Amino acid sequence: MTRTLSEAESKRVLAGHGVPVLDERLAATPDEAVAAADGLGYPVVVKACGAGIAHKTERGLVRLGLADATAVRSAAADVLAAVDASDGPVELLIAPMVRGTRELIAGLHDDPQFGRCVMVGLGGILAEAVGDVAFRLVPVEPVDVDEMLEELGAQAILGEFRGEPPVERAALGEVLLGLSHFAESDPAVVAVDVNPLVVVDGRPVAVDALVEVAE
Amino acid sequence: MTAVASDRFDALFEPRGVIVAGASSHPGKFGFVALHNILRHEYGGAVFATNREGGEILGVTACTSIDDLPASAADLVFVCTPAAANVELMRACAKKGVGAAFVTSAGYGEAGEEGRRAERELVELAEELGMLLVGPNGQGVVSTPVSLCAQIVAPYPPRGRIAIVSQSGNFVSSFQNYAVQTGVGVSRAVSAGNAAAVTVPDFLEYYAADPETSVALAYVEGVVDGRAFYEQVRRVAERKPLVLLKGGRTGGGQRAAASHTGALASDERVFEGMCRQAGVTLAGSVEEAFEAAATFATQPLPRGPRVAVLTTAGGWGVVTADAVVRSELELAPLPDDLRTAIDAKLPPRWSRNNPIDLAGAETRDTIPEVLELVAGHDDIDAVVYLGLGIQSNQARLMRTGPFFPDHGLERIVAYHERQDERFARAAADVSLATGKPVLTATELAVTDPDNAGPRTVRATGRLCYPSSNRAVIALEHLWRYARYGMRRAHA
Repeated sequence: MTRTLSEAESKRVLAGHGVPVLDERLAATPDEAVAAADGLGYPVVVKACGAGIAHKTERGLVRLGLADATAVRSAAADVLAAVDASDGPVELLIAPMVRGTRELIAGLHDDPQFGRCVMVGLGGILAEAVGDVAFRLVPVEPVDVDEMLEELGAQAILGEFRGEPPVERAALGEVLLGLSHFAESDPAVVAVDVNPLVVVDGRPVAVDALVEVAE
Repeated sequence: MTAVASDRFDALFEPRGVIVAGASSHPGKFGFVALHNILRHEYGGAVFATNREGGEILGVTACTSIDDLPASAADLVFVCTPAAANVELMRACAKKGVGAAFVTSAGYGEAGEEGRRAERELVELAEELGMLLVGPNGQGVVSTPVSLCAQIVAPYPPRGRIAIVSQSGNFVSSFQNYAVQTGVGVSRAVSAGNAAAVTVPDFLEYYAADPETSVALAYVEGVVDGRAFYEQVRRVAERKPLVLLKGGRTGGGQRAAASHTGALASDERVFEGMCRQAGVTLAGSVEEAFEAAATFATQPLPRGPRVAVLTTAGGWGVVTADAVVRSELELAPLPDDLRTAIDAKLPPRWSRNNPIDLAGAETRDTIPEVLELVAGHDDIDAVVYLGLGIQSNQARLMRTGPFFPDHGLERIVAYHERQDERFARAAADVSLATGKPVLTATELAVTDPDNAGPRTVRATGRLCYPSSNRAVIALEHLWRYARYGMRRAHA
């Protein structure tokens, strides 16, 4: 059996292994959500957060680009209304709205033949359809990580792109090394999804993340 | 099985003598074919045969029992007997000092639960006897340094430096057929059959240490223990290039997975990543696998990715340059001093760029001289040479036509053929002198292998590539391997 950590918990664990995450706050009510958003500065994102929550976007549990307190209060109420008892305990996750046109994916996978692997590739909602990814077995060395990035077909995405600076390959490499260390340090980890890993000013930031552990 | 001691492999690959158990007088039976093939290729050790009836087969007197054979005269038994007879046979062989059994008999793991039980029994027996068990259900073993062709199929390849192991015996034949065709030879070849005891990576570890072998070539389908496989092939690739052809790369496919990462983790992608991490060269087809191995066996490793294309005619160079650009190699910008040096050899209509297109402006010595200049330049890591054999192709037309040998045809035909021989030798000589790969590609290698050009490339021990694309892909395999080693500093 495996258990999925909530987005907030997943990010907390991944941040401990060097995966860059945003300054995010948990809130239980619309009022707490507004207070959190005031603290972060606008615009923000409001998302449902709980161990039983998956497919947030498809279910309308992610609200982007909220520009002020009124928008946050209303979005928070909507999100809470859209979940029910079957979702288990649910909180609200308030995060700064980041801008980046490039979405990558990074993760860990437990392959039935080769065991745990690190992956990187083009992310976002098209990740699976495009399938531009590279895998290596845990543990990976810095040289392996460099080669994974080199192996991706869409090299143009890693360069200077639509007015944004090139992706800092070292920073992206640190994410992959961090995932590898995470797997090595915790034999219970069976899967990690960091998708999207958004490139903001050339640096990768985990905007959504999911960690699955064996029980 | 892991860490099989290499001296046990010596009994398989360098036996003092061979016993064919279950030898048959019927030329259609495996027990005949195996004996025939061993004798046919003049294996230097003692050859024995056993069967139930005795008698003489191909000049060898068959014994009715292993017990009648001298002790310590044979290290290898080639088993063609029915599965039911093999336990007793192996015990008798062990008493005579036989160290390895190649079991070609079927009726084991591939044949249901009873067969699997018999196979387990055989493995346990081999362990008890300290005998190397290869197969069962394998096609045979070849070892050219001792002229051993112990297999129930053809062909027997020329001697060389490629060591082959396959989970499917037919691919051993395929690779060896390419060896026969191209002249790039083989050191050892073995069909692992059901690989009940000795597995493909076990053979690869032996090849890594084998002084007769400079590159390993393997076909694999299923991998039982992925991590152990990875560790083994990585150790092999640290010592020698290893070219893998993987069957079932797209089989299995993506699994239902909760995570995006899991959904993206197809068998093929994970396997490819594993190979890159291990420094193993993964080939996309049978001919690509052989040609990569043949290139490792016959060309020096490039020290960088910068390729120069030398051609006697335009289109070939353009297409080859495209292939280089599509690969992980680089089309070298032509250095100014090299351009000046070539200017001195040619009238101004040559391309003055890379691809270096001589545009038909070459005279008697141009090609060897330009090859030397290009390969000798510090900013060039490898050369692909195109256009070999054109004149000999015309010479053939003249030689076989009604006007030969008059009208000066005899003289010009001889000149053209001599020139193509020179050019082919120059490509090999320049490569040896510079320590850089120089690959010669022409479709004449397959359309007219007797053409003086490709024929001479074969005589230099090298592969004449049937197309420039295939030359570029083979060179890319060398560069990936070289780069892997350079980046990890154990090359």
